Amino acid sequence: MASTIRVRAVAGADTTEVQSLIQHPMDSGFVKDSAGQLIPPHHIEVVQFEHGGKTVFTALWGPAVSKDPYLKFSFKGAKKGDDLKVSWVDNKGASDSLVAKIQ
Amino acid sequence: MLRKLLLVGALALGAAHSALAADKVDPKAEFKAFRDYFVGRFPKVPLDDFVNGPYSMDAGLRKQWKAIEEFPPYDFAVDKGKEMFAKPFANGKTYGDCFPDKGVGIRQNYPYFDAKSGQVITLELALNQCREANGEKPLDYVKDDMAALTAYMAFTSRGKRFDIKISDDPRALAAYRKGEEYFYTRRGQLNFSCASCHVQSAGNHIRTEVLAPALGIMAAMPIYRSEWGSMGTISRRLVTCNSQVRAAPLKPQDELYRDVEYFLTYMGNGLPVSGPGARP
Amino acid sequence: MRFALSLGLAALAAGLTFSALAAPADDFKAAYAKAEAASKQAVALKTQWTTTVATLKSAQAAASAGKYDDAMALAKEAQALAEASIAQAKQQATAWQDAVIR
Repeated sequence: MASTIRVRAVAGADTTEVQSLIQHPMDSGFVKDSAGQLIPPHHIEVVQFEHGGKTVFTALWGPAVSKDPYLKFSFKGAKKGDDLKVSWVDNKGASDSLVAKIQ
Repeated sequence: MLRKLLLVGALALGAAHSALAADKVDPKAEFKAFRDYFVGRFPKVPLDDFVNGPYSMDAGLRKQWKAIEEFPPYDFAVDKGKEMFAKPFANGKTYGDCFPDKGVGIRQNYPYFDAKSGQVITLELALNQCREANGEKPLDYVKDDMAALTAYMAFTSRGKRFDIKISDDPRALAAYRKGEEYFYTRRGQLNFSCASCHVQSAGNHIRTEVLAPALGIMAAMPIYRSEWGSMGTISRRLVTCNSQVRAAPLKPQDELYRDVEYFLTYMGNGLPVSGPGARP
Repeated sequence: MRFALSLGLAALAAGLTFSALAAPADDFKAAYAKAEAASKQAVALKTQWTTTVATLKSAQAAASAGKYDDAMALAKEAQALAEASIAQAKQQATAWQDAVIR
């Protein structure tokens, strides 16, 4: 089963720029389906990026973030070839993670 | 005397005009006129850029689109389509067996007029015909699975120039003509034709959306629309366009829909496949 | 003169009592049938409007709820919409040519 996480991290002179796209329905719990029933909430709660054993970025998501969320940020202290770990947990307790090489 | 001459002249012109309209369908001439219209109206837009629809019309939107394209929302559909395309049917055959070049890099040739069946074959129709010929149930034309397949096929054809053929077969010309008529006919309670928005108002706003020019409008299909939060096939877009002007939609892949796809894609000949696309 | 007047009044009275006897449900059925026929013609001409379909539905719903005044008005509106859509198709059958980029 393919990962839900796509990540691209490029190391620059000073900072590493990270982009990620995560596949997730991100149902807010406020939307009704065509039969008029509320679609129950199903969304990522926490996304974490780790490098060198430290957490370099944490996002606390919830019902306000839309489907298949895209994220972009930069951080210092990494170089090409290092590992970057991405992981998420949702409100149903499901999770996924991926380790990518910084380019 | 002059008045009589003028009257006769006007009658003759009138007769000639209606004769032209009734008899000769000249796709080549109309193709040139169509292209010249858009190039003339938007002289700053490079020809190939028309396939980017609203982004060729609005700089602010374009910037946002470039950012989205770094990690495009249709990526998941392309991957899913690739998986689906490779998976054999129950009888062991694959989609590739139904198409020229194993179905890779062929988007730019669709739709085409099939002389044997006497109808326009679109990519979506061809995919379902392939399924049914191999004992599989057809896919829903407006849902994600069909969109995933056409997204993958478009992706493998990116950059290839559209090359829709209209032979001298009178049935092909008739299909072109019917598609053209559909495109320019006002419909729905709002009384809009496709041309009302995509010709007359191309580049303008309709509520918060920027209207794409009709030139090359098929090139980016299928599209991931942020409004839908999902992928949409050509069938889906035609159906929703109809209901948006309060016209009861036809069935997906209705003959008229295939004819208008034939007409519109032909009008975009020479422009590159840019699909799958991302739209607001 | 007086005879004609009384005859006229009698006819008027007869007319009034007659229409009071006719059931509003029957009137609606007739109006709805007319509207539906026009709607079907629009579908055949591939010129159906979504609002025609919706209005027919509302007319039927109003009748089922016993609101015959509303139902009649909606049936008539549906018929008008259907006829407008047919007129649109007929007009556009030739008018579309004027829009073609040549």
